[in-house]
Amino acid sequence: MKINSVSTVVRYGLLTIISAIMLLPFIWMVTTSLKDPNQIFALPPTFIPNPIQWDSYLNVLSSTHFLRQMFNSIYIGAAVTIGTVLLASLAGYAFARIPFKGRNVVFLAFLSVMMIPGEVTIIPLFLFMRELGWIDTHLPLMIIPIFGAGGAFGIFVMRQFFKQVPAELEDAARIDGCSRFRIFVQIMLPLSKPALATVTIFTFLTNWNEFLEPLIFINSRELMTLPLALSLFTDEAGTDWSSLMSASVLATLPVLTVFFFAQKQFIESLAMSGSKE
Amino acid sequence: MNADVQAEWRQKKKRPRKPMFKRDELAGWLFISPMLLGFTIFMFIPIGFAFYMSFTDWPLLGQSEFIGTANYQAIVQDPEFQKVMKNTVLFTAGLVPFNIILALGLALLLRHPLPGMGLFRTIVFVPVVTTLVVWAIVWRYMFATDFGFINSILAWFGIEPQAYLYNKNLAMPVVILTSVLKNVGLNMVLFLAALQMVPKNLYEAARIDGAGSWRQFKNITLPIISPTVFLATIITIIGAMKIFAQIFVMTKGGPESSTKVIVYYIWEKAFRLFDMGYASAAAFILFFVIFAFTLIQWWLRKRWVYNED
Repeated sequence: MKINSVSTVVRYGLLTIISAIMLLPFIWMVTTSLKDPNQIFALPPTFIPNPIQWDSYLNVLSSTHFLRQMFNSIYIGAAVTIGTVLLASLAGYAFARIPFKGRNVVFLAFLSVMMIPGEVTIIPLFLFMRELGWIDTHLPLMIIPIFGAGGAFGIFVMRQFFKQVPAELEDAARIDGCSRFRIFVQIMLPLSKPALATVTIFTFLTNWNEFLEPLIFINSRELMTLPLALSLFTDEAGTDWSSLMSASVLATLPVLTVFFFAQKQFIESLAMSGSKE
Repeated sequence: MNADVQAEWRQKKKRPRKPMFKRDELAGWLFISPMLLGFTIFMFIPIGFAFYMSFTDWPLLGQSEFIGTANYQAIVQDPEFQKVMKNTVLFTAGLVPFNIILALGLALLLRHPLPGMGLFRTIVFVPVVTTLVVWAIVWRYMFATDFGFINSILAWFGIEPQAYLYNKNLAMPVVILTSVLKNVGLNMVLFLAALQMVPKNLYEAARIDGAGSWRQFKNITLPIISPTVFLATIITIIGAMKIFAQIFVMTKGGPESSTKVIVYYIWEKAFRLFDMGYASAAAFILFFVIFAFTLIQWWLRKRWVYNED
């Protein structure tokens, strides 16, 4: 295919401008985190910190609840992801491969909850958790996300995948005397790595960003997740911008690292789920 | 094969397949039971309960009281709610076309496998995986009044510094702009996937007929990817109606309620003013609107499947 050189130049020009705008917040975040307080308020702002100082990183890592909050985010995200992947693949397999009465009705009921905004259920759930004494604990943050839109999405993805697996595989296992559960664990799950990866990535990322639920259920600083803690950073003692930016850089690194390693899988599965749903 | 055998064959094919396992009926329910139980406790019952609450006066402490449709009537007449709905529509109407057009433009720029396109694609997509709160915090800082980066840049061009997030005419556009930049990569990926499905020979035929690139886009590309564009539009509308974290971080609904949107309003009523019944009614109004858009989405999806065959 021939593409004339003028349009190629225009193309690269436009993409460079947009990419610069996209990268700007990241660059600004990193450079600010390395500036000393005097430089932050310097006019005009300077891009390159001089001297580069790492104090704010040490600050964040030592004096606040930052490490604890990061751990909270990671382990709550992991718990939600493991729970969703396990339960959604079980249900997805049943909806795809096990014929039983009422299957379609229940599946539709699950799917339909995807259109209920979380704001509707969070008010009764708050009262419910208060009755249980679970306010200001991590339990609501670990349990509620599994049984909502995220869980329904997981079931949907897993069901789509299991439907494509040839029936002969199950038939052969059945002749060998396998139970349903063994077929699921030993044949179906090992086959479904791409679908499991999709559900894992989406669930973890969604949970890592979750904001409204932590805001409502958590009060103690040491129990907060990173997004919530960062959003309340200002309240502590004015805004220490270089510390806030250091904390932001540290909070962004884990997801970005995962993204760069799983980029292909991530973008492809996203495109697939958008175009084939 | 004679007619009898054929008829028998057909009948055999029609007959439902015997269950593979005798106990499939039980196994099916067992496999879905954890999800079914969880959905019932944490989703279905709360939905019913929230619906009931929306017809009550429900304070955080003390006795609740059934008051019929009084909450709904009060909300519809609440000038603050009208403002909030106006803001939500304004945000959605500003964000969606901007997002879709930019995403489509980027997808068209990135579709040809020229060197470096993978890098550009990654750069545009990185904000999508970045924590929303971090994105909002950094942009709030860049739009800051005195030492803000944006003001300093604009000063080079002789533009007066503005208190962007403290100006009731400018705060909303700033939130829209930063939200578009955050999520445009998502729609771009969907459009890139759709563009790959356009048959290449159509373009060749069009070129032989002398069609320029704009006519090729208008008469070939756009009609073929239009179902994806419609779907992305609806999904983006639904997402835009639920904006919360950006508002919480960047403006707290201000200045003068100019960025107060529906979810912020619900949160404030329920968890700041503890008027749970009123907030539930507002949440159900949001649900009805989203429900309408979801129905449109399903309808479009059906049409799309039909088109594909």
